[in-house]
Amino acid sequence: MNIVVCVKQVPAKDAPLAIPEGAAWIRETDIGFELNEPDGYALEEALRLKEKHGGEVVAVSMGPERSKQAIKEALAKGAERGVHISDDKFYELDPLGSARCLAAAIKREKFDLVLTGLQSDDHGFGQTGVLLAELLGLPHATIIMQIDAADGRLKLKRELEAGWFQWVELPLPAVLSIQSGINKPRYATLKGIMAAKKKEIATLTRAELGVTVSPTQRIERIYVPKKTKKTEILTGTAKEAAAKLVEKLKHEARVL
Amino acid sequence: MPFAHVDYIDFDSLLTDDEKLVRRTARQFVEAEVIPIIEKHNREGSFPRHLVPKLAELGFFGASLKGYGCAGMSNVEYGLVMQELERGDSGLRSFVSVQSALVMYPIYAYGNDAQKDQWLPKLQKGEAIGCFGLTEPQFGSNPGGMLTRATRKGDRYILNGEKMWITSGSIADVAVIWAKTEDGVIRGFLVEKGTPGFKAWDVHGKWSLRASVTSGLAMTDCEIPAANLLPGVEGLKGPLGCLTQARYGIGWGATGAAMACYDAALQYAKQRKQFAGKPIASHQLVQEKLAWMITEISKAQLLAWQVGRLKDAGKADFSKVSMLKMNNVWMALECARKSRDILGANGIVDDYCVMRHMMNLESVYTYEGTHDIHKLIIGDKITGIPAYA
Ligand SMILES: Cc1cc2nc3c(=O)[nH]c(=O)nc-3n(C[C@H](O)[C@H](O)[C@H](O)COP(=O)(O)OP(=O)(O)OC[C@H]3O[C@@H](n4cnc5c(N)ncnc54)[C@H](O)[C@@H]3O)c2cc1C
Ligand SMILES: Cc1cc2nc3c(=O)[nH]c(=O)nc-3n(C[C@H](O)[C@H](O)[C@H](O)COP(=O)(O)OP(=O)(O)OC[C@H]3O[C@@H](n4cnc5c(N)ncnc54)[C@H](O)[C@@H]3O)c2cc1C
Repeated sequence: MNIVVCVKQVPAKDAPLAIPEGAAWIRETDIGFELNEPDGYALEEALRLKEKHGGEVVAVSMGPERSKQAIKEALAKGAERGVHISDDKFYELDPLGSARCLAAAIKREKFDLVLTGLQSDDHGFGQTGVLLAELLGLPHATIIMQIDAADGRLKLKRELEAGWFQWVELPLPAVLSIQSGINKPRYATLKGIMAAKKKEIATLTRAELGVTVSPTQRIERIYVPKKTKKTEILTGTAKEAAAKLVEKLKHEARVL
Repeated sequence: MPFAHVDYIDFDSLLTDDEKLVRRTARQFVEAEVIPIIEKHNREGSFPRHLVPKLAELGFFGASLKGYGCAGMSNVEYGLVMQELERGDSGLRSFVSVQSALVMYPIYAYGNDAQKDQWLPKLQKGEAIGCFGLTEPQFGSNPGGMLTRATRKGDRYILNGEKMWITSGSIADVAVIWAKTEDGVIRGFLVEKGTPGFKAWDVHGKWSLRASVTSGLAMTDCEIPAANLLPGVEGLKGPLGCLTQARYGIGWGATGAAMACYDAALQYAKQRKQFAGKPIASHQLVQEKLAWMITEISKAQLLAWQVGRLKDAGKADFSKVSMLKMNNVWMALECARKSRDILGANGIVDDYCVMRHMMNLESVYTYEGTHDIHKLIIGDKITGIPAYA
């Protein structure tokens, strides 16, 4: 089974984020970047499917030069090849634009399955996987908790709300968005990192892919949410007030 | 709050992608496997032995050696692993240092093919644990005075003597023992666990490196095959060559411990409020401590990086490694003490990592050449006048 897995590089979780006044994006100098955590689960799932069914795993990433690091991590963990869509302005792309670029690059591959993470830890659109499937004209399922592949078909467990699950079946090829936590991603071992030095990363540009995009949506401004404090006195008898308090803890504070 | 990456001077721009990846692996491992359990082990005074197979699988044993299943990392990559491990705990880092630099390295550098084939793959896989016996009850800084003797008898050597303060001593499957032969020359010997006449016991009552095993070893007419002699080296330069490898790793490791303490102190100082509801981080005296720490950590990183690059180029002699070990361990211990101060009373309990690091670093300050002995090595180097005796 040949699997393409989309991996994105995002600002490191522990990076101190600075937002210039009125800006639409964070200041990228002086911060570290890392593999988007949800993509780590998709990668792990791809590697496990390959180990079970054979084939190869190709890691695709779009972004500036530094995002090759995300591909290298995938190669160090066991992916066979990497494709880097080199784009210094990729943060200007909306999810549709990103999906167009990714789809154009993935169409050049011979694949049975495309895996994406659930969402990216930076923009958190959660749409790229779905759009990608539409652009590739392939069946798609999201929030995947389990993949059973047999005879060119997939049996998939999806996570619904409130502890409910759903089983669906899809033919291959298909696109899946993997739920975070589905597996325990492996570490890149030191030997894996050494072996990755010899693996190939192909570089493509937006122009080479022949993709032109005009954004359909735009980020106006980003900012840190203002902390507000509100005091509310619950009235009524002790019993009534306690009931109201429980409601609030359940539905507003969501701590119960 | 989880540990936040410490980098004031864009040190990361000096690292390659692969180096950053190696650090990421080690950091993720420490965060997931070490941080959650280390205070318990420290409290109980037990070595987290269950981590050995995992450390092996990641390639941390003998990481900079080539062949025998070793990863063949560069010195900076190896150093970054040490940094991350000691960000977790100096005891854990000590275990890996001993296994890699003090046991695998001498077998690799001074051993014959049979010895390498027998031990290196097992040590790399963590299927065998090693220890390094140089220090004796009467000879620490001056190992050349050692009393342990190896007497040749046919195709055997008979070892007699005592070693002290030996990391992993009682859990080791193989001990690299340094002893003088009849002609008074120091040689290295491989002594297997269970050899009659070889005994190991643990040092108890330690207030430092509690998550690491420290042992005494006694050899009483302990007979080993003559084939267990490491043929490739004679004299004090044998053990000192190993120590140069280990001290290099310690220079990076100590930086990790300093980062852990600094990060804990910085986070605490921003949260903790005293006087007029102001965070203690807003006081000049507290800022002075934090600023001192981040400055020293940044300098230590640069020193470690430069010695690493020199070492990769084959140009880092032992005197440069001495400066790295001396400076970085000292600065880490100072960072731990300042951090302890900033945490106030909370600084003395093991809800925070700081006191553990501080106590650990007291050992690190002393072992592998005490702080002052390294000053003497540097002094010797720059003046040409040895001042040890
Ligand atoms: C936890 C731990 C683990 C260890 N693990 C190992 C191990 O695995 N293998 C091993 O072989 N050893 C190990 N050691 C031993 C360690 O290497 C020695 O403790 C160290 O070399 C110092 O020796 P010493 O303790 O005998 O101190 P001493 O040599 O007695 O030194 C005491 C003090 O005197 C000073 N001093 C000594 N000579 C001079 C001089 N000429 N000029 C100025 N000052 C001087 C020293 O700087 C120090 O301040 C370990 C020690 C510890 C604490
Ligand atoms: C073993 C032990 C026993 C104790 N026993 C008792 C006891 O019996 N009874 C009792 O009442 N207390 C006791 N204490 C508490 C002790 O008095 C406090 O720990 C001490 O006053 C420091 O307060 P803190 O820990 O809250 O630190 P903090 O006040 O939070 O101080 C932490 C750091 O911030 C610095 N700092 C704070 N404010 C400023 C400022 N304005 N300018 C510059 N720097 C500042 C401090 O110097 C320190 O470095 C005990 C503490 C310990 C460790």
